[in-house]
Amino acid sequence: MNFAATAARAPSLAVLLALAPASTASAQAPAPEPVEIRAAVLRVDSPGPAPISRLDLPPADLGLAGAKLATADNATTGRFMGQSFALTEAVASPETVEAEMAKLLEAGIPFIVVLADAETTAKLADQAGEAALIFNAGATDDSLRAGLCRANLLHTAPSDAMLADALAQFLIWKRWDDWLLVSGSHPEDKALAEAYRRAAKKFGARIVEERTFEDAGGARRTDSGHAQIQAQLPVFMQGAKAHEVVVAADRADVFASWLPYHTWEPRLVTGSAGLRPVSWHPAHEAWGATQWQTRFERQSARPARPEDYQAWAALRAVGEAASRTKSGDFATLSAYVRGDQLQLAAFKGQALSFRPWDGQLRQPILLASGPVTASVSPQEQFLHQVSQLDSLGIDRPETACKF
Amino acid sequence: MNRVFAALMASAALFATPADASKIFVSNEKGNTITVLDGTSFEVIHTFNGGQRPRGITASPDGKTLYICASDDNLVRVFDTETYEELPSLPSGPDPELFVLHPSGNPLFIANEDDNIVTVVDVHTRQVLAEIPVGVEPEGMGVSPDGKVVVNTSETTNMAHMIDTETFEIFANTLVDSRPRFAQFSPEGGKLFVTSEIGGTVSVLDPADNYEIAHKIEFAVPGVLPEALQPVGLRVTADGKKAYVALGPANRVAVVDAETYAVKDYLLVGQRVWQLAFSADGKHLFTTNGNSNDVSVIEVATDKVLKSVQVGEQPWGVVAVP
Repeated sequence: MNFAATAARAPSLAVLLALAPASTASAQAPAPEPVEIRAAVLRVDSPGPAPISRLDLPPADLGLAGAKLATADNATTGRFMGQSFALTEAVASPETVEAEMAKLLEAGIPFIVVLADAETTAKLADQAGEAALIFNAGATDDSLRAGLCRANLLHTAPSDAMLADALAQFLIWKRWDDWLLVSGSHPEDKALAEAYRRAAKKFGARIVEERTFEDAGGARRTDSGHAQIQAQLPVFMQGAKAHEVVVAADRADVFASWLPYHTWEPRLVTGSAGLRPVSWHPAHEAWGATQWQTRFERQSARPARPEDYQAWAALRAVGEAASRTKSGDFATLSAYVRGDQLQLAAFKGQALSFRPWDGQLRQPILLASGPVTASVSPQEQFLHQVSQLDSLGIDRPETACKF
Repeated sequence: MNRVFAALMASAALFATPADASKIFVSNEKGNTITVLDGTSFEVIHTFNGGQRPRGITASPDGKTLYICASDDNLVRVFDTETYEELPSLPSGPDPELFVLHPSGNPLFIANEDDNIVTVVDVHTRQVLAEIPVGVEPEGMGVSPDGKVVVNTSETTNMAHMIDTETFEIFANTLVDSRPRFAQFSPEGGKLFVTSEIGGTVSVLDPADNYEIAHKIEFAVPGVLPEALQPVGLRVTADGKKAYVALGPANRVAVVDAETYAVKDYLLVGQRVWQLAFSADGKHLFTTNGNSNDVSVIEVATDKVLKSVQVGEQPWGVVAVP
């Protein structure tokens, strides 16, 4: 194949840019100056212990890579709309985050994706006020969709309630409804355990017993400073009431990854290990997801994480609003993103949109088991009067969010 | 007596000759095979290797050459429809998914899903003539009956891109509902149908009005969740009166009046119905059912589903040759 000759004959991008009309209606008019839509992604890295598995070590561009991919996707579409998209990437520590946010706001960036803990995210939303729409692409806390909810804050990260409900629906469908709930001792573990209690009640599972695995810190257990958690677990799990599955609530990543094969009874582990509810998994292939995975891996040379997908979904929602409204105006775009017209196609087999009562993105949840996606919730047997997606998480009548 | 017998033989031969020759080719995405069905009995008569992840499938106007998008081989594989012999492959650009052949039989316009381009390939010289930048995840490809316009749909950009087949340049873009999958002109070229999988609609574009949307067709089936009604493949009968729309996970094909746009019927077929093709004589419609690994045969005159035929693993595309 004579590629040089090919390239010469192919129309150049510049020619196409000039030729491609912003919309069919304005095909005769000269292309106007592109409208620039600016966004930022801000990640807050807190010091903490390393994850149990080195496979879970966070990549340097965690979340940022997803925002970058969305910006590239938006820009490709923007070529045909007379719109361009710009992304500012920032990584802060808890000490520097306020100053970083101030810089973004000072620069007049109206769409900001935040990957931080719940309290920091709420503070950043307050700092932004009416100047920016904040997307939470990191924190799953239900509190951030309830008492800490903010009018200028949308969530593309699923809530703990959604994740717990997604797993519960599958376990109920399997008729594994006697659960042993094992939670960690950190506040975020306790909050997640509460989400599982709520899910059990909502879908009719029985929590036959609860246990808490105390994080006593490595050095207190052994002289070497290396706690053999996996060696402690069989005894810790001994003598529990008869149960069909173990549900682990360990957001702090202290013990759950060690649970499979270290339970006393030969029982499957779900929740924070084993069968895990996640917004995204690099093995997910259905509904055209393979294309997204390929695009992401080619850009970033690593498999995607849920944070990447969540950041991508946030900025794609902005891009979708821009092409549907043919506008770059902040108020117009924000209203479209929040509104019920939004039909975000995000490789989950149906259109996604934000819940008006707490700003949460409705989305199917993948149930990942090691190298594959074992199932996707909502399970089809669980119906809902409005949208089946609202069978996951906090529904309108239950919300504690007041904007 | 002899004369009657001879006449019978002659008429039998007359009917038999065209019917014997017609065949239906089905690409099996997961099985990496091509299943061949007899055009009269609809029985499987042959299966051959179609390369890695065969999806888009089409034939030359004379029916002698079969083209297959072997997505994971990054090639268009070419076969003789008579002997099933593999002929030299065509370059396709990366991850070819769907393509459309110019009505004259050359060139081939290929959607490269991973690269946001449409590749134009001369099927005789096997040279790439052009690479046309389009939106994100190009998929559906349609061509106007006069061969002057090729349409590409980009799934994440949500547009139909209209391409001039002489200059290989985009001259119009139309925003449609989410995840446009497929584009098909009416036989006289006066309408362009674009299916939107996630939007759940079919947009009817008016070529005379710079491809603006003239109408949107919506679907509703009692007892089926609206989210499951996902239009994918679409075909219009040669008389331009009826359009058939594959509704993916709803396991149904919608029958639409192509003039009033009223949905007349929903035909239950196999699971995750994907692409459609008419038989060479237009009397039957074949559907690929990806999750039940079969092809349903619909009689066009009565809109009855006649039978289903097991094919390979995850059938994706289908084409009939005379």
